[in-house]
Amino acid sequence: MLNPDLKLNTKIFSDDVEQVPIRKGFGEGLAQAGESNKDIVALSADLTESTQMHLFKNKFPERFVEIGVAEQNLATVASGIAAMGKYPFFSSYAMFSPGRNWEQIRTTLAYNDRKAVIVGSHAGVSVGPDGGTHQAIEDIALMRVIPRMVVLSPCDALQAKKMTIALAQAPLLAYLRLAREKTPAITTEDTPLEIGKGQILFRPEGVAHVAIVATGALVANAMRVAKDLERKHIKAIVVNIHTIKPLDEELIIKVAKETKAIVTVEEHQIAGGLGGAVAECLAKNYPTAIEFVGVQDLFGQSGTPNELIEHYGMGRDDIMSAVLKVLDRKN
Amino acid sequence: MKNKIGTYSTRELSIKANEIRESIISMLLSAGSGHTAGPLGMADVFTALYFDLVRHDPENPDWKERDRVILSNGHINPVLYATMAHVGYFPTEELQTLRKFGSRLQGHPHREFLPYLENSSGPLGCGLSQAVGMALADRIDNGVTSDKYFYCLLGDGELNEGNNWEAIMLAGKEKLRNLIAIVDRNNIQIDGYTEDVMPLDSLNAKWEAFNWHVQEIDGHNIEAIIDAVHKTKAVFEKPSVIIARTIPGKGVREFERKFEWHGKAPNKEEANMALQELRTLNGKIKSEHN
Repeated sequence: MLNPDLKLNTKIFSDDVEQVPIRKGFGEGLAQAGESNKDIVALSADLTESTQMHLFKNKFPERFVEIGVAEQNLATVASGIAAMGKYPFFSSYAMFSPGRNWEQIRTTLAYNDRKAVIVGSHAGVSVGPDGGTHQAIEDIALMRVIPRMVVLSPCDALQAKKMTIALAQAPLLAYLRLAREKTPAITTEDTPLEIGKGQILFRPEGVAHVAIVATGALVANAMRVAKDLERKHIKAIVVNIHTIKPLDEELIIKVAKETKAIVTVEEHQIAGGLGGAVAECLAKNYPTAIEFVGVQDLFGQSGTPNELIEHYGMGRDDIMSAVLKVLDRKN
Repeated sequence: MKNKIGTYSTRELSIKANEIRESIISMLLSAGSGHTAGPLGMADVFTALYFDLVRHDPENPDWKERDRVILSNGHINPVLYATMAHVGYFPTEELQTLRKFGSRLQGHPHREFLPYLENSSGPLGCGLSQAVGMALADRIDNGVTSDKYFYCLLGDGELNEGNNWEAIMLAGKEKLRNLIAIVDRNNIQIDGYTEDVMPLDSLNAKWEAFNWHVQEIDGHNIEAIIDAVHKTKAVFEKPSVIIARTIPGKGVREFERKFEWHGKAPNKEEANMALQELRTLNGKIKSEHN
C-alpha cells in the first residue's frame, strides 16, 4: 500500500493519473524561491523556456543572465556570481551542462567551494525524437564523482518544485536532474521532502520479498510494477531515491536486510548511476543480490519516449523481469 | 576609497618588482619544480597592481569593498604568492614552502589552502569568465556606476582556450566597464612560440571586434601599466583589455625569451647566477642590495 505518512497521490496506479513534466516543477519552484531569496541569479544558455527558466526571468529580469550557447561560460560565469555571495542556478540540457562543462564545474565550482545549482534538463532517453546526441544517460555518474556535489533526481514535478525551494532556503552545490516528458504525479503538495532522505513510497503488509530502489521519472513505473506484483503474491517495497548523493545508506541497508533482494531502476547507464551507488553501499555494508534496470552501455536514438524506455530495457516488463530474476537468485 | 598599502614612487615600485623576482627564483629553487619565465615576466604588472592600483587591504583580506584580482593562468602563481607576501598577506619566509606537502602555497592556486585568493586556478581559460560573473553580480547590487574593479590576469597561450572567447563575447555584450583584463603577451607557451603553436595575431583586432577597449603597452614599464589602468576607468561603454608586451624570464638574461623556461625551475647553479644578476641589477650596481 501507499505510505500513508507521505500523503501521496492516490490516483498513481490509474492510467489517467495527472502527468506534468518534471522540469515544469523546477521552473515554478525557482520563480517562487526568487521572491524570498534575493541572492538567486538565474543563467541560461539559450534554452530559457525549454528549461522552464522563463518563469523566473519574467518575474526577475534584473537577476537573469542570458549566456548564449556557451555551456563552459555558463558554469564559470556562475562561479564568479557565486563568489560575490549570490546563489546561481544555471540551466541547459543535461547533455551540455554538465555534459560539456564538466571540468569547469569541478574546478571553478566544486574545487573553489562555491554554492550553485546545475540544472540539467532533458536527462534520459525519454527526450525522444531528438535522438542520442541529446539524451544524457551519463550525467549522474559525472556529477557523483565530484567531491562536495549533491546529486538530486526528483520523481515528479512537485518534488522538483519542493527541491528547488529547499535549495533556495539552504544553499548547496547541487546537480538537479530533470526530465523533459510528462511524468505521473506521485507526490502531492502535502508530501514532505528532505534532501538526503530516501522515501518508502509503497510497502505491502508483512515482510517484503524485494525492494525496488528507483529514481527520477521511472519511479512511477516501479510503483505500478509493485502493485502488479501483489497479484503474484510478491511483496515489493518501492524506495524513491531523490538524493543520489549523499545516498541514504541507512534506508538502503534497512530494506536490504529485510528483503535480501534489490532491483535498482534509473534512466541512466548502469555504470556509475543509482545502481552503482547502491551496489557500493551494499557491497561494503550488507552484500545483497542486486539486479540493475538501466541503459546497458549503449547510446540512445530517436523514437517516442515509451518506445525508447522499452527498447533500452527500462519498461515495466523489464522491471518485473528484474524482480523475478533477483528473487530467483536469492532463493 | 584608495588601497590601504600606501603610496610608492615608480622607482620604489621597480625595486619592489626586483625583490619579487628574487623571491620567485629562491622559491622555485626550494620547490624544485614550477614555472619560471611567466612569473619573472609579470613581476612588474603584479607590483603595479598590488602596490598601487588595486584597492585591497592585506590586514583585512575579506574587506567587502575590495577590488578583485582573478589570476586565470594559475601556473604563474610564484609571482602571485611572492607579491602577496611582499605586500603583507603572509610572511615572505613562507614562500619557501611552495609546492610542498601541507603548504598553503599549492602548486597551482587553491583558495581553500590560501583563503586570500579570489579563485583557484590552473586549468586554463576560465578565469576571465569568473571575473565576468563577479562583475555581473556586482552590477546587480551596485549598478553601472559601481566603483569596484575586477582585474583578470591571463596568459597569451591560454587564449587558445575557447572558454575565454565565450567570456570575451559576453563581457562585450554586457559592456562591463569595470572589468579589466591584462594579457601577458610574452609570445611563448609550453610547446614553443605562440605564433607557431597557435597564432594569436592580430590580437588587438580580435578583442576590438568583440567590443572591448584595447591598449597595448610595454609590460615592464611600471608607469605605462599604471597609466593604462587609469585610462580604462574613463571608458564607460566597454570592458577593457591591456595587452602587456612582456619578456618571458625578464630580469635574468639567461632565461629571457626562451620558451624552454616556461615550465621548469632553476637548479642551484642557475638560481645563484639569477640571484646575483637580479641583486646587481644586471651588473649596473657593484654591491648586492639586500
